[in-house]
Amino acid sequence: MLWLLLFFMVPFILVFGISFTQAQLSIPPYSPLWEWVDHRVLALRVHLSNYAFLATDALYISSYLYSLKVAAVSTFWCLLLGYPMAYGIARAAPATRSLLLMLVILPFWTSFLLRVYAWIGLLKNNGVINNILMSLGVIHQPIVMMQTDFAVYIGIVYSYLPFMILPLYANLEKHDRTLLEAAADLGARPWKAFMRVTLPLSLPGIIAGALLVFIPAVGEYVIPSLLGRSDQLMIGRVLSDEFFENRDWPVASAVAIAMLLLLVIPIVIFQRQQGREMAHK
Amino acid sequence: MIRHRRYFVPTMLAFGFAFLYVPILSMIVYSFNNSRLVTVWDSAHSPTLKWYTLLFQNAQIMSAARLSLGIATLNACISVVLGTLAGLALVRFGRFKGRTLLGAMTAAPLVMPEIITGLSMLMLFVAMERLIGWPAGRGITTITIAHVTFSMAYVTVIIQSRLANFDESLEEAAMDLGARPHIVFFRITLPLIMPAIVSGWLLSFTLSWDDVVISQFAAGPSSTTLPMVIFSKVRLGVSPDVNALATLMVLIVACGVVASAFWVRASERRRAREMQLVNP
Repeated sequence: MLWLLLFFMVPFILVFGISFTQAQLSIPPYSPLWEWVDHRVLALRVHLSNYAFLATDALYISSYLYSLKVAAVSTFWCLLLGYPMAYGIARAAPATRSLLLMLVILPFWTSFLLRVYAWIGLLKNNGVINNILMSLGVIHQPIVMMQTDFAVYIGIVYSYLPFMILPLYANLEKHDRTLLEAAADLGARPWKAFMRVTLPLSLPGIIAGALLVFIPAVGEYVIPSLLGRSDQLMIGRVLSDEFFENRDWPVASAVAIAMLLLLVIPIVIFQRQQGREMAHK
Repeated sequence: MIRHRRYFVPTMLAFGFAFLYVPILSMIVYSFNNSRLVTVWDSAHSPTLKWYTLLFQNAQIMSAARLSLGIATLNACISVVLGTLAGLALVRFGRFKGRTLLGAMTAAPLVMPEIITGLSMLMLFVAMERLIGWPAGRGITTITIAHVTFSMAYVTVIIQSRLANFDESLEEAAMDLGARPHIVFFRITLPLIMPAIVSGWLLSFTLSWDDVVISQFAAGPSSTTLPMVIFSKVRLGVSPDVNALATLMVLIVACGVVASAFWVRASERRRAREMQLVNP
């Protein structure tokens, strides 16, 4: 409790504070937020310039929008691939089910970095996919896949797929199958029964899974820097560049706070829902 | 229509698993490739263990691996203790003051983008160093603290879900039989939540072993963890010894996960048997 208070809450307040300061050449490289004027009056020096800078500079706005787009598209594909998988696992025989679940979780335990790295070998111009396609004669020129949006989507979907499958599975597994039978008895086709019964019931799982993918994907740093475009940065990359290369801590902090503001609504929805799930138990 | 569905779901499952495993498999295969060009299969001289020998001779990678191993172990031990306590507090103490806050704070690191966590941790370390002179400089201590902060959140969630379907009458029975609270905790509660604690430990270990982003913020110039080394190598391009390293790591993790799955299943069966003995 104390640990979290110390190492989680306080840092946020600090970042929030620093985002209002100005960069200067000193250690640490930002201006003090408050100062004792004549040793009596505490003067707050709040600079809003960082936020003004963020709001006017096209680089930041475009990378925020780009991050949101990448996260949204990846979440969509994750759902499209993850839903049938979770459904299949939930409907499998109990013995196969635990094996399949383990297969889903296993990649999650292996290094995330190395799994993204594995895609470089597959997607490169002289990578495995292009080599196979060329030797089969399907294509004659290698398809450029590295450093495209496509590669980033693949990387994110690949890395976060377990986060989509597990909440969906937890939800789908609890469904009462007699409901589907009832729907069938009443004359509903399987597809219609799925749309009218299973899908609405699994909505909490869909929301939980989608948020678990969407939120970290917005701030994703490793995947776009390994697989992504160099002409269009995602916001995580912008933040770390500001911080490590420009050493502009205030702007980096402002970027972080702005990113949090973007994510506040999804995070709150997620926590509400977790709370409700807990209450159900 | 029914036939469609019968084929659709298994196809998607197969496709999904192929999607999950083909990259890993291709990485393993190419780690035995002789050619420097990672993706060109040199069939004359392959398979070879060349990259594995080179890997073990690479002093930078080896020392980084030792450092990561140490941090991951320390992190897992601390996070398990703190995470278990937080989980117990959340489930057991009912509605205490600050429960919502604690709940929110344990869930927040799970969904927070790593880069924000990393940045704010660093700001804290810098401010603390200026105020109280500790931690002096950044290195193993700061990386461990940063890792514990996010791994304990995972442990808390695991412990919480385990405690949620915990039969409290067992504890009550022990207390009726005259056991002191701490005896009850160590003899009843702790063994029952042990599987959750073990998986929490393993999860924290891997989380720390894997982490690049937060380490990058929390690390000092003298402490470079293994993922940081890999990340900087990979950014420059594909290199075959990373393939070899990846293969080793995948193998170790796979063995660990399979072993722990068996262990959890065995202990669960034992528990079920004991329960049957108690109330047949």
